[in-house]
Amino acid sequence: MLSSILTRITARGGRIAFGLAGALLALAVQAEDVGGYVLQGSKAAELDSCVEDTRVMRRRHFELIKHQRDVTVYGGIRSTKHSLSGCVSCHVVHGPDGQPVPIHDDGQFCEACHAYAAVHMNCFDCHATVPVGEAWNRAQSAAHVSKHRAALAQVADESPHAVSREEDSPR
Amino acid sequence: MNENTNATEQRVPDGLADAGRRSFLGSAAGIGAAAVAPGVVLHTVANAAPRTTPVDDSHRWGMLVDTAKCAEGCSACVDACEVENGLDLQDMPEDADPIKWENQRATWIRKVKLQDNQSGRVTNLPLMCQHCEHPPCVDVCPTGASFKRADGIVMVDRHICIGCRYCMMACPYKARSFIHEVVERKLTRAPRGKGCVESCNLCAHRLDDGEISTACADACAAEGHQAIIFGDLKDPNGPLRKALGETSNRQIRQDLGLNTGVRYANL
Repeated sequence: MLSSILTRITARGGRIAFGLAGALLALAVQAEDVGGYVLQGSKAAELDSCVEDTRVMRRRHFELIKHQRDVTVYGGIRSTKHSLSGCVSCHVVHGPDGQPVPIHDDGQFCEACHAYAAVHMNCFDCHATVPVGEAWNRAQSAAHVSKHRAALAQVADESPHAVSREEDSPR
Repeated sequence: MNENTNATEQRVPDGLADAGRRSFLGSAAGIGAAAVAPGVVLHTVANAAPRTTPVDDSHRWGMLVDTAKCAEGCSACVDACEVENGLDLQDMPEDADPIKWENQRATWIRKVKLQDNQSGRVTNLPLMCQHCEHPPCVDVCPTGASFKRADGIVMVDRHICIGCRYCMMACPYKARSFIHEVVERKLTRAPRGKGCVESCNLCAHRLDDGEISTACADACAAEGHQAIIFGDLKDPNGPLRKALGETSNRQIRQDLGLNTGVRYANL
């Protein structure tokens, strides 16, 4: 009698243990699935990791962005790697028409994961959702300068800085 | 009709004289630029990289507007500002009254025309945030969103602006605008959203990238007026201090003792 009860308990324990292991496995699989929001075709898809380790970015990206926000607004430092415009320019994908798809559209990088996590973000109430007008309007200014200050325009074009800025404009 | 004809006839010799003067000024400016070019290049290269250290009070940015050179009917500074700061991307709501919209849409620079009723003298000037040393908008802000950056630029931290508009009431220059509607299109360098106040920030994104210029001053120079000189109030050898030293100038509402960063000549 006793042995049969013991057997039954052990069997149940086994079942519970098996069930737990299964649940954990499912969770693990699910956790892997959560990572799949980087879209093919974006610059980010070609890189091994984001500006920090992927695990750090998943857990703390909002803290990094928020810290950068104050550094930028009060300190005028816009060039560091944790800037929101950097997120957008690296993670945005381009549609069939060659135009960038807004990063907060359905299924896009930011929106897809935030929808999954049920977290509302309001970054893009104000911030641009596609990389446009990142630095100041260099082309327009150059046109102005060349029109009336040809000498200065020549200096600006010859300086190596003018070239490098256009290349590394997404920040 | 007669008046029009007269005006046209007058304008022709005027325009010719102007053209001659401009070409002379242009060549003079070219010589000047060539002469100072080595210094300019050194300066630009030294400061032209995006900044990596926080702004400090070694600079105080400001402007001198020569109202005698500010042409009536010219809106080059306003237009350049709109393009530079994405203000031209604001869309009028479908049900809005166009006149009300024109009054309510955000503008950072307004062209103001003053007339002395006794003498009839007319003065044109661009009016924007004056970047006061003691800004009333900062005094009244209940959240600390309105603030003065270390380099003297008065700005709004729109992350903590609650849109109460006290600053708009406090500003003697009517320099601030409120964003009433959702903004669909915006530039990366100029975030903008419903429910926040904003105003001229002296093209801070340019300064932060090491470019010592503003869109309005560039546009004014491109038009050949050279009415706006932008520079560092703390640089005793800079173009701004030089111009301030040479021209009689004043602050608008000097009586308020705000010590504005934007000064006006021939006003």
